[in-house]
Amino acid sequence: MTRAFQGQELAGFLRQGFPDAVTGWAGDCLWIDAPRLLDVARFLKDEPSLAFNFLSSVSAVDYIDHFELVYHLTSMTHNHSAVLKTRVYTRDDPSVPSVVAVWPGADFQEREVWDLMGVAFEGHPNLKRIMLWDGFPGHPHRKDFEDVVSY
Amino acid sequence: MPIRTEPVTVNIGPQHPSTHGVLRLRVTFDGEVIVDVEPIFGYLHRGSEKLAEERNYVQVLTLTDRLDYVASMTNNQAYCLAVEKLMGVEVPLRGQYLRVLAAELQRVASHLVAVGFLLQDLGALATPLMYCFRFREKILDLFEMLCGARITVSYMRPGGVFADAPPDFWPALDVLLAEASELVAELEQLLMQNEIVLIRTKNVGVLPLETAIAHSVSGPVLKASGLAWDWRKMDPYDVYDRVRFDVPVGDRGDNYDRLRVRIEEVKQSLGIVSQCVEQIEPGPARAELPFVLRPPAGAEAYGRVEAPKGELGFYLVSDGSIAPYRCKIRSPSLINLTVLRELLIGWKLADMIVTLGSIDINMGEVDR
Repeated sequence: MTRAFQGQELAGFLRQGFPDAVTGWAGDCLWIDAPRLLDVARFLKDEPSLAFNFLSSVSAVDYIDHFELVYHLTSMTHNHSAVLKTRVYTRDDPSVPSVVAVWPGADFQEREVWDLMGVAFEGHPNLKRIMLWDGFPGHPHRKDFEDVVSY
Repeated sequence: MPIRTEPVTVNIGPQHPSTHGVLRLRVTFDGEVIVDVEPIFGYLHRGSEKLAEERNYVQVLTLTDRLDYVASMTNNQAYCLAVEKLMGVEVPLRGQYLRVLAAELQRVASHLVAVGFLLQDLGALATPLMYCFRFREKILDLFEMLCGARITVSYMRPGGVFADAPPDFWPALDVLLAEASELVAELEQLLMQNEIVLIRTKNVGVLPLETAIAHSVSGPVLKASGLAWDWRKMDPYDVYDRVRFDVPVGDRGDNYDRLRVRIEEVKQSLGIVSQCVEQIEPGPARAELPFVLRPPAGAEAYGRVEAPKGELGFYLVSDGSIAPYRCKIRSPSLINLTVLRELLIGWKLADMIVTLGSIDINMGEVDR
């Protein structure tokens, strides 16, 4: 059975190295300050007792006043999982650090978030649209998106 | 005097028989050797995630059928698990057995398609594919008995399955299982010792385990690289903790291992189906749920299964209304392709076709 890490438990691990990076927790979710995301990701992967070596999924949710990025992590060494979240509070050019340097598996997923939700990833090696064509106006998964293509 | 070569960029696809749908690969060659690959997606993008936001929780199920359309049962299952987590619903035992039974038959069908088309890519036109499809056809007939549909099944529902299996389903399943071992043996004999298959797949497209994990590769591709990581074993859902099965692993991570892992999985899946038939007991197949589901506001859930192609996950967020606020699909086909560039550089054009076939992608799921 995969053990789901509680947010509070995970925050305990981060308290030493990253005292200011954790912004909250609830249930099995842990919120991280967006600029510190890459450092925290690297720690979660390298710390032997955590060893989150497998990034299951990168999702983005539009809550109107902020975007929330959700990282589902798994450790294939210890068979436990965690949910890492971060928020960006702007609708004009929001961006968070890319985690491709830590988990190369984030490559296409971050491109997809950029394409459909319009959240950019600093440091992504090849950040461009993946599903829609270049020059497509807007980001369709945003809640305020209106279809601008006429047929 | 050395021969001067300059790189040539070629578009493979989007309309190309070996790309298994409408995938386009922009490949740069130096002579016949691949120096760069860039996959280009989106030709089948239908915006399933956005469409889900405008449908109620049961209607979204029909969208999941159309993701990986050769494995719709497991898509249904992943989605239903996510909705059940949101609602806190327990599925009756008979419903869980029927789900596992249907999902394993679907895994056999999907792997047969994968193996058949891989052989097609190897140049064995039509004959091996027909061997595989002959058996897949019988499985689809069983699905038709279960739910009236063969491909877009929508068989599983939040809380269980659409309906209990009809009485004549069980004898038909017994016939299928009796034929199965012979068919698998035949397939194995035809394929796994075939000289051309061996030459074209052994030690070609080797994927080291560390690279596979780092690139979030899952499913048979990961298993072929040597890690027995299967969500059915690691985080059992439905009744997978009540059945016995092995997780096959490869030792080199080459195309041959990926092919072999799939054939082994077919055998294991048939074993699981037989165990389900033995263990299943009468009872309700579906929990009593309201017609329109309203999960609590702010609830979120990530439901995942071991789909035939890898880890398929649904991340659902509820705002208390009748439709999901957000429905994110973690599609194994897309994410397994992340490693494609790494896997292909340095190999020749002909190997590219085989390696792509051995990853087993489905464009309906890649583009969603």
